[in-house]
Amino acid sequence: MTSPLATAPGRNHPPVQGRSHAAPPRLRSHRRRAPSTKPRRSVLLTVLTGLVLLYSLVPLLWLLISATKTQQGLAGSFGLWFDDDFALWSNIADTFTYDDGVFSRWLLNTLMYVVLGAGGATFLAVLGGYALAKFQFPGKKAVFAVVIGAVAVPTTALAVPTFLMFSKMGLTNTPWAVIIPSLISPFGLYLMWVFATEAIPTELLEAARIDGASEARTFFRVVLPLLAPGIVTVLLFTMVATWNNYFLPLIMIKDPDWYPLTVGLNAWNAQAQTAGGEVVFNLVITGSLITIVPLVAAFLLLQRYWQSGLAAGSVKE
Amino acid sequence: MTTLHPPAATRSRPVPPEARRDRRSWTGWGFLGPFVAVFALVFLAPIVYAIYLSLFREQLIGGNTFVGLDNYQQALRDDRFWAALGRVSLFLVVQVPVMLCLALLVALALDSGRLYGRDFFRVSIFLPYAVPAVVATLMWSFMYGTRYGLVGDINDALGVSLPDPLSADLMLASIGNIVTWEFIGYNMLIFYAALRVIPDSLYEAAQIDGAGQWRIITAIKLPAIRGALVIATIFSIIGSFQLFNEPSIMRPLARNAITTDYTPNFYTYSLSFNGQQQNYSAAVAIIMGLITMVIAYVVQLRGTRKGV
Repeated sequence: MTSPLATAPGRNHPPVQGRSHAAPPRLRSHRRRAPSTKPRRSVLLTVLTGLVLLYSLVPLLWLLISATKTQQGLAGSFGLWFDDDFALWSNIADTFTYDDGVFSRWLLNTLMYVVLGAGGATFLAVLGGYALAKFQFPGKKAVFAVVIGAVAVPTTALAVPTFLMFSKMGLTNTPWAVIIPSLISPFGLYLMWVFATEAIPTELLEAARIDGASEARTFFRVVLPLLAPGIVTVLLFTMVATWNNYFLPLIMIKDPDWYPLTVGLNAWNAQAQTAGGEVVFNLVITGSLITIVPLVAAFLLLQRYWQSGLAAGSVKE
Repeated sequence: MTTLHPPAATRSRPVPPEARRDRRSWTGWGFLGPFVAVFALVFLAPIVYAIYLSLFREQLIGGNTFVGLDNYQQALRDDRFWAALGRVSLFLVVQVPVMLCLALLVALALDSGRLYGRDFFRVSIFLPYAVPAVVATLMWSFMYGTRYGLVGDINDALGVSLPDPLSADLMLASIGNIVTWEFIGYNMLIFYAALRVIPDSLYEAAQIDGAGQWRIITAIKLPAIRGALVIATIFSIIGSFQLFNEPSIMRPLARNAITTDYTPNFYTYSLSFNGQQQNYSAAVAIIMGLITMVIAYVVQLRGTRKGV
């Protein structure tokens, strides 16, 4: 699915549900089922859900197995089983050395886009969400209306004008063209707003002010630690959006030296179709595997944080 | 999207009136300012610029001329635009319900507490969301191959000849499958998170009334997560109308099946970057934007009005 501006509407968004009825805010929604109502496990249901599980995992398994095959092995062997040669290590080595090691460059570019884009987006969202949650100021309602209204505008309408604008400003074909649009995550802002409303007791802020702490000091010393689970959640989802971003760098960047992994991999894949282009499907596949490993690892390792962040911050009745 | 209300807690928290007046200062802008500044640059300015562009036309004689709404009139008579819109609409009415129903069924199964290994299911089904659309599309395209891909392997192994997923007839379904694969887990997580916060007292009451599982689902669970269903539907509609990555990445494999005006977004992209028709492209993009907003708004109205 397209998401030209990394964090604009589309499906790459933190799951947010915005119905906040007058229910009293709770930081965590613990729900304990009484032992007497604990349902019996069902084999049938497990098997049926297992079908969806297979659907989700088989392609990833295919990718993992295919990354161990040579270019010839890919064509000649069954997709879901290993070939006689185990070429994973040589594939990885080739991926990093092919074309003067341009893959490493793409990997570093992606890391830079993620650190500055997703990091910046999270920082702006945390600041803004805190302001909306804990301050009354002129124009607050207008800001809310404009941000929510703009989110409903499909990014289709934005991508081309953004390109033309950036082109006039001399930003296209530089990393800034990818980083700057990534800095806005309206849903990150919303998530932090809801989260900050619940996680920061107003009395604590009053106490800090009475003690004479400056606003900045209060923010960094008192507020930030309280927001940690929400920050991890927003960071993970903006990271996914930036890491997986394709359309924006595709239109903004012409110089392969500034490609992120996504655009680079597609270029490698497409060269098989051009006259005289070398077919490097084994490298495309191995590169794809290398591309998804960091995100999958981040989601698995940080499970507890982002799931509690979602439960506490974004999802309420 | 009016589903996104400011958190009620800010209003309901008892704050003495004098404290509230004190707080109403410009301090908040110090924190919100950076976001608003960047937002204006990457959201508001391009929208204004797109509207401006759409009112002009590059002409051989006279150069850049103001043409009023001519570009819009042209777009409304443009068969290629309507064909593209028809294609994503078909995609929308088939793929989105299939994906959301599967996601909902899995979420209900997880929430029922009847699964063995629930946490493993939840995380594994969510994983494809972490896979970039580019990688997902490349991967599935390889598997779709009738000669060397998985489809070819199955044909060889079973001696059958499955229809070619990359043919013009099946292309839209093949793309739909990729999108479904990518987003089932994400939508499942939205639904599951909403199901988890239904208070136990409701289930206990239902049990006392002797309600069965099916009744609990239709009378308690589904109404309780209606907001989540509406949000997921709106995201999916926006996503479908913006379809671009998957067809553009698959195009080299199937140049006849996927034309450069395959989806409205692909069309505006081709107009701008291959056809140098930026002004017309801006008009098409704005029309698509308006259509998407209207449909999202209608879905949201209908979704929130029913019952309660």
